[in-house]
Amino acid sequence: MSKASDVLFAPLFKDNPIALQVLGICSALAVTSKLYPTLIMCVALTATITLSSFFISLIRNYIPNNIRIIVQMTIISSLVIIVDQLLKAYDYETSKTLSVFVGLIITNCIVMGRAEAYAMQNGPAMSALDGFGNGLGYSLILIIVGSIRELIGSGQLLGYQILHMTTDGGWYVPNNFFLLPPASFLIIGLFIWALRVWKKEQVEVPEFSMKQNAPKEIKVEHA
Amino acid sequence: MLEQYLSILVNSIFIENIALSVFLGMCTFIAISKKIEAAIGLGIAVIVVIGITVPLNNLIYTYVLKEGALSWLGYPEVSLEFVGLISYIGIIAAVVQILEMFLDKYVPVLYNALGVFLPLITVNCAILGASLFMVEKSLAFGESVVYGLGAGIGWALAIAMLAGIREKLKYSDIPEGLQGLGITFITVGLMSFGFMSFGGISL
Repeated sequence: MSKASDVLFAPLFKDNPIALQVLGICSALAVTSKLYPTLIMCVALTATITLSSFFISLIRNYIPNNIRIIVQMTIISSLVIIVDQLLKAYDYETSKTLSVFVGLIITNCIVMGRAEAYAMQNGPAMSALDGFGNGLGYSLILIIVGSIRELIGSGQLLGYQILHMTTDGGWYVPNNFFLLPPASFLIIGLFIWALRVWKKEQVEVPEFSMKQNAPKEIKVEHA
Repeated sequence: MLEQYLSILVNSIFIENIALSVFLGMCTFIAISKKIEAAIGLGIAVIVVIGITVPLNNLIYTYVLKEGALSWLGYPEVSLEFVGLISYIGIIAAVVQILEMFLDKYVPVLYNALGVFLPLITVNCAILGASLFMVEKSLAFGESVVYGLGAGIGWALAIAMLAGIREKLKYSDIPEGLQGLGITFITVGLMSFGFMSFGGISL
């Protein structure tokens, strides 16, 4: 039981797919300017990764080793096509906002990475759990970034006004910078910093360390 | 006519830079940008693969998948657009595989330089993303050739620039938790902010 909970919860903070493994960041950046499409994206990705890990693990003993990438790709793309069609049928507006990013779940490295690293060696139930856990780890970062961007950028959450804007006679002047795509990079960078202050073992060792008492400025001799 | 192609080229390299404006191929973009030689090698591999697959997927889309495209077979009302994703990724995987075998046999020098990067490219979302954008913008065949090349050059330019910055960053004194990944994210954020200044250019 403890192994199952470990598989499920380790990807949240200890081994986060975005903050530590650097996987699947493309969509984390592009779709997070509003919280609602972010949530849809999280659900889509978590469903795809859970199911794909499950199915790949189910047939893992029958996949010839040298064509395994193609087999994994086929399974993942079929699942993404289903997700894409469902989204177009039931929530066409959001599917327009997400545009190509639903299709890009196919090449989202988290899905491929978990299939390759976990589902090929473990049973279906554990693989599904591992996929779900990684989906949650991804969703965690996306939701944090999405909430920060929508709250600071337009004073809203899920479309409800939280901070009163000056345009409606309130006090809050929205910071439009947070609606621009580069803001999500800065938020994720700062999030990684916070995470590594909390969990020291994730800190990377620098290639060149500063010498103690090194002079702060290097004097340049002029000829 | 020439002006239109030039505008697509400039647009795809600078204004809608596939790495810094639409954020595609970020996994490899951040993972392989520690050394400038490796970054340039990967950049060239991306230009080659994207330049081949986008026009190829354009042909597939126009003559097989689009609504009414199968009329030459006698099925004028059939639309296969829903299998688009799986066909594009199939084409990309096949092209990468063929390119790898071809380079291995005929151009071993290039194979030694690019070989390790080619398998990585199948799962690079910049490649699939460029094909999907090509369909979304409904480009003609000629335009898709220019768009593919432009997108590839834009991505290569961005990764070479990031690698250059990161090589310098090695020698700087960065707060402990921010070392490595954290500062890279912030650097890319600032670069992307810089590239937004191209946004106002109208061609």
